[in-house]
Amino acid sequence: MTRSPTRDFLVGCFVLAGLAAIGYLSVSIGGLNYSGPGGLLLYAVFDETGGLKPRAPVSISGVKVGQVTSIRLNDDFRARVEIDVDRSLELPVDSTASIVTSGLLGDRFVALSVGGDDQLLRSGDEIGFTESAVILERLIGKFIHNADLDSNQEGGKGE
Amino acid sequence: MHASALQQEDAASVEFRDVAMAFGNRRVLQGLSCEFPAGGISVILGGSGSGKSTLLKLIGGLVRPQAGSIRVAGEEITGLSERRLQGVRAKLGMMFQGGALLDSMTVFDNLALPLREHGRGLGEAAIATAVHECLEAVGVRNADALLPGQLSGGMTKRVALARAILSRPRILLCDEPFSGLDPISSRRIEALLVEINRRTGMTMIVVSHHIASTMRMASRILILLPDGAVAGTPDELRRAGDPRVVSFLDETLEVAETDAPVEFLPIGLNRAV
Amino acid sequence: MANAVQDLGWAATRFVETLGQMTAFAGNIGRAVVTRPARYRLWVDELFKLGVLSLVIICVCGLAVGMVLGLQGYTTLSRFGAAESLGAVVGLSLLRELGPVLTALLATGRAGSATTAEIGTMVATEQLDGLRMLSVDPIHFVVTPKALAMIAVMPILSTLFILCGIGGGYLVGVELMGVDGGNYMSSLRSNVTFRDDVAGSLLKAVIFGALVGLIATYRGYTARPTSAGVSSATTSTVVIASVAILISDYAITALWGV
Repeated sequence: MTRSPTRDFLVGCFVLAGLAAIGYLSVSIGGLNYSGPGGLLLYAVFDETGGLKPRAPVSISGVKVGQVTSIRLNDDFRARVEIDVDRSLELPVDSTASIVTSGLLGDRFVALSVGGDDQLLRSGDEIGFTESAVILERLIGKFIHNADLDSNQEGGKGE
Repeated sequence: MHASALQQEDAASVEFRDVAMAFGNRRVLQGLSCEFPAGGISVILGGSGSGKSTLLKLIGGLVRPQAGSIRVAGEEITGLSERRLQGVRAKLGMMFQGGALLDSMTVFDNLALPLREHGRGLGEAAIATAVHECLEAVGVRNADALLPGQLSGGMTKRVALARAILSRPRILLCDEPFSGLDPISSRRIEALLVEINRRTGMTMIVVSHHIASTMRMASRILILLPDGAVAGTPDELRRAGDPRVVSFLDETLEVAETDAPVEFLPIGLNRAV
Repeated sequence: MANAVQDLGWAATRFVETLGQMTAFAGNIGRAVVTRPARYRLWVDELFKLGVLSLVIICVCGLAVGMVLGLQGYTTLSRFGAAESLGAVVGLSLLRELGPVLTALLATGRAGSATTAEIGTMVATEQLDGLRMLSVDPIHFVVTPKALAMIAVMPILSTLFILCGIGGGYLVGVELMGVDGGNYMSSLRSNVTFRDDVAGSLLKAVIFGALVGLIATYRGYTARPTSAGVSSATTSTVVIASVAILISDYAITALWGV
């Protein structure tokens, strides 16, 4: 057990470097956060979530203010999405929640647009105005369908 | 546990009864019964592979016999659990053939280890005193900071001996203490052992193949022969008519007569508590 | 023919027997962990021997692997016009698989074999018996600090490997191949999540550390007390630990859902 202060120092450095590395990996790259302030729990009902996942970010004007906590099917087969946002936010009751995509092929997230009402949303309230996710295939399908209809009307060709 | 208190007289003896030991298919000992009396130096002789070192391991509880009973310091050890064995080992000290010192620790730390482990709050100063006292007793000086790999053969043996006697054991087990040593160093170790035994009355059980020193220092000899074991005092064996014993001891009959007296080295140990 | 079947049966029995013994051994180590005194000093020494001394090889190999990933990744991704996602590709490959697995394999070769050789030599020179005679439990004194150190060291080494790899990928992708540095880092950040990727990576590293620690100490402890015995124990540590790492890698990946 030859006590060597150099050794101890090096081991200490090693452990500190290791913990710092793990911390950097987790927080900076992995996006682990001590789940910010949070605390304002709201929900919104959508016709289509388009692959929105729990823990997806919720942002206002591109700035992350919270995350999606759960997504469930409610009784009339629509999606009830619950979100947890910064409790210091003052969101008017006519704010909108939209499910949008980051980039063309990226992940879904929830974007909030601030309304103008005097009354503010409180924890447990529903966000009344929602815009569901846009599904690319349906859009293309609609486009083709409309194109067919147009060509049918013009040419008068039957099916 | 009252029975063992009454046996204080033979508290430093070892007794084998009908012990059989085998390693896999190899039968090493069979029906061995013998006694190693308290306070004496007993030497176990035998050819290679005769099971000499195994006997010491059996006494220390490092291996278990297939059959028979072994009493160490009045306590039956064959059925004991590892933890109970540690209590018995507190009364034993073992000097291994190669020293068996921990090669990652200095000589000082090697000796301090048992005190630091079981010393019950001994301060570093007290530990240092005890360690240096033992090293002095075996004639090793200025070796504190050396690693075992840096010691000569003779010094290794002496440090190993120091470690074995550090905790004032009642019974000292020595596995080939003279092996690999030049004659002068051999004599030194022999003198040390004899002196320690004389001063402290420590029972010693020595495994050796060095017959000359055996005849000099042993009060009891056990010879392990291929087809049996013979025990007795050196004189009894010297006068024995058994041809096996005679041929075994053959070489000593001339050497023993012409021995120079063994020199005693100054040692500072008091009688064992 | 009958002999071959017999041998197979015997080998299978031996295998199961060894597994049982290793479990018992692991149990002993577990018991020793909670027994006082805690051997901090020895544990720190082992952290040095297994961790600090492995730093160079881990970082160099991490850098090299990252560079290869950067090169290969760029070549493949640019065919699909997705070269800007290089950061994510390099980062995820390293985090999920290459980091923990390669680190564990490298550590097995370096630290694992050193541990086996050390313990095996101690058996051969009767040092462990010496400890027993001094009423010190060799498992508590020698084995446990080494096994625990291996578990503690593995996630640290794995993370350093991954970071060096990400750096290596950056060197090749950004400096050499012209991928935008900002895109590299942002694609990395947005595609790596703590829950799925980082936590899984750390968990794998810890499990691999436990496996290597157990196998290396067990093989050393049960080595035949000759120099041939020690050497054969050392090589078998590397072989067995490597196989165990790769097989458990699959199991963990499948179970964790990564």
